[in-house]
Amino acid sequence: MRTTASKQLKIYTQIFWTFCRIGPSTFGGGYAMIPGIEREVVEKHGWMREEEMSDLVSIAGSAPGGVGVNLAAFIGYRLAGVMGAILAVAGIALPTFFIVFALSWGYSMFQDHPKIEAALKGIQGGVIALIIIAAYKMAKTALFDKTTAAVGISTVVMLMMTPIHPIYLIAIGLVIGLVAVQVKKHLGMQVYTEQRESKQQEPEPIYPEYYI
Amino acid sequence: MLWQLFLVFMKVGLISFGGGYAVITIIEHEVNLRHWMSASDFQEIVALAGMAPGPIATNSATLIGYRTAGIGGAISSTLGMILPSLIIIIILAACFGRLHHNRFVKSSFYGLRPIVTGLIAYAAIHFGLLSSSEPGLTWSTLATLLICAGCLYGIIRFKMHPLMVILASAAAGVILF
Repeated sequence: MRTTASKQLKIYTQIFWTFCRIGPSTFGGGYAMIPGIEREVVEKHGWMREEEMSDLVSIAGSAPGGVGVNLAAFIGYRLAGVMGAILAVAGIALPTFFIVFALSWGYSMFQDHPKIEAALKGIQGGVIALIIIAAYKMAKTALFDKTTAAVGISTVVMLMMTPIHPIYLIAIGLVIGLVAVQVKKHLGMQVYTEQRESKQQEPEPIYPEYYI
Repeated sequence: MLWQLFLVFMKVGLISFGGGYAVITIIEHEVNLRHWMSASDFQEIVALAGMAPGPIATNSATLIGYRTAGIGGAISSTLGMILPSLIIIIILAACFGRLHHNRFVKSSFYGLRPIVTGLIAYAAIHFGLLSSSEPGLTWSTLATLLICAGCLYGIIRFKMHPLMVILASAAAGVILF
């Protein structure tokens, strides 16, 4: 009884500590975290196999929420149930929470300093570049036929022209997906819900990396 | 206020498919709806959130919570943002681990992915245009676009790391503004 309890405590601390270390070292958001998580979980701790991991990554990417947080929750749950999931998420969120906090506090101290303000304005330009790259990478995997291209473009137009809340667009997207696939099937068209992988892919594993 | 922040970010967390920059468009909408802060304050927050390590969406939630209601706000916003993910993932893991192979899930994502692309593209356009408060082409807009173009070149040509992008653009900002 005692040994199982201490074993459990050990896995709990391991989970928490492992994910604690991943957050602060990844810049560029969720998808940037995946290689780090993979290294810790698959190679270092041997908690799961490579194939299992890539399965988890694709589920984590399709559930709502940040992929990093989702992946942490999933791995934590697989290892130690609900408590494991909570600890993994706490581990991944806490360090960055404090860093953001310190940054925000530091910024408010020097807010009126003209050079700090200039640096932050410069960073805005850099962040726009990161967003453009993210949009491009996402477009490459998402817009691969006429339907998806039309949906993508109309989304941007709607957002610019109307005050529509994005939640409706997301709902519309879900419906369009379901309907379009059914209609195409009905018309006897070949349906691909994802980009075919026949094209020459780069050897490195490609995540729909949109720098979260 | 704390409760409201928690609820708003929980809603955002629930619909934040595709994460990160797509979520920024959603968060901005909520912030404007409730008049929590000005557009330029929001831009500052996105820049700060992009600068910090970790997920942009959660970082922005923390910062917005802090700005609107102090430390308590930061905690409740962050929790609100994370909680839906945690609950959904636990349910997914417990019940149907292979949901992503399901036919209906696949076809909904066929429509969802282009929407998320649009949300991200909109965030880029919006921030590019909004970088100055005055209308028309000002030095500030031009400099922002210049920095942006430089960073794009660096990322595409030299595979510049996101952290390098942030540092380089900060340096460029100090010189240009």
